[in-house]
Amino acid sequence: MTGWERFVDSFFNARVAAEYAPKVLEGMGVTVLLALAVIVAGIAAGLALAVLRAMGVRVVNWVIVAVVDVLRALPPLVIIVLFFFGLPGMGIQMSGFVAAWLALSLVLMAFAEEIFWAGITAVPPGQWEASRAIGMRFAPTFFLVILPQAIRMVVPPLTNRTIAITKGTALASVVAVPEILGAAQAGVSFSFNPTPLTLAAVAYLALFVPVVFLGRWVETRFAWKR
Amino acid sequence: MPIWLDDLLLNFFSLEIIREAWPILLQGLWQTVLLSLLVVPLGLAGGVMLAVFSTVRTPWVRWPLMVWVDLFRALPPLVLLVFVYAGLPFAGIEVNAWTAVAIGFFLNTGAYYGEILRAGIESVPAGQSEAARSLGLSRLRTMRLVVLPQAVRNVLPDLVSNTLEVVKLTSIASVVALPELLFQARQAQSVTYNATPIMVAAIAYVLLLWPLVRLVSRLENRQIAGKR
Repeated sequence: MTGWERFVDSFFNARVAAEYAPKVLEGMGVTVLLALAVIVAGIAAGLALAVLRAMGVRVVNWVIVAVVDVLRALPPLVIIVLFFFGLPGMGIQMSGFVAAWLALSLVLMAFAEEIFWAGITAVPPGQWEASRAIGMRFAPTFFLVILPQAIRMVVPPLTNRTIAITKGTALASVVAVPEILGAAQAGVSFSFNPTPLTLAAVAYLALFVPVVFLGRWVETRFAWKR
Repeated sequence: MPIWLDDLLLNFFSLEIIREAWPILLQGLWQTVLLSLLVVPLGLAGGVMLAVFSTVRTPWVRWPLMVWVDLFRALPPLVLLVFVYAGLPFAGIEVNAWTAVAIGFFLNTGAYYGEILRAGIESVPAGQSEAARSLGLSRLRTMRLVVLPQAVRNVLPDLVSNTLEVVKLTSIASVVALPELLFQARQAQSVTYNATPIMVAAIAYVLLLWPLVRLVSRLENRQIAGKR
């Protein structure tokens, strides 16, 4: 075999591809499910924390800032490993899927909180003053005037951060979740051929290239007006 | 002492295990620092190259570069790393863990730094480079002495924030058995059947990176304040 034939036989082997394509497709389903669960839980929790922080109870805010800082300093993989291998010792068993979901959701929560909070503080104080002057109470002012403007402002950074964290779903392969990468690695060790990894790369590109383009579009569409 | 607290101390903060695992965790921490000192400059170098080439107006240069950047931003870094580490040997190219990590990070973080720096270069008014060119500076010196310094200043918060992410990302090197902090912690955990080493590693990451987190926060807040 020439070098080129060997290369094609290794990375684009049709027989192996046909055999493991269904597994990788199933993996895509798991990846999408995990990603959606992380996005919903992480952004909802982040928004809730930012709203809580806006209430301005000093002790609560210290706790929020501390938790968010720790979650921003920790690598997501460390949190996943800690949940999956550490908590069973405390009598809390969780599947790899739940460990990955919980860890990535917490990380997204922390980043989303920071971003929402930045948006809330960036709304000009005149908005507060005007609403209060026409007789609106704190809660209607905050939820009907301030928060909608804040959320619109933070759409671009939030989208980018969400995309980055969603790509962390590949980390779930470390705790034996059969998502795309996990399924592909199993395929490589069964077939002694790296073609399943090529399939995995293609699967990720099919999922994330549109998402990267979406991120670019959102960035121009919701751009800060200077 | 309540039982759950006792459990917690025993499973996550066992002094005996800390004493036992300390030397290899320290080695791991050192490797993590070394690894960061390798991949951050490597990614920055790749990023500067990508960003500078993206100012070339020829479509034959611009389009392949955009495809390249989007490709490596779309692939999760762990997928790239596993592909390099487990795939290349099949093509007859033997790579050790360090080389695989270097290649993977160069491709991935290079693309991210490149995208950030490109935005920075585009934020510098065209008049700056026009003025520099008309003063007789060569293209390269215009870029190096006039455009890049301003570009870097404009996107400093994003650069620092990405650097924080890159240092955190070095933990995925544990997957290819590079003995950095997380890998050593997992080794210690599997020998002792106790999660204390992983907890110690987590605390080490927080202590190491917390100052950077604060810095990113401050820079970002300043950026938002400046824009309103």
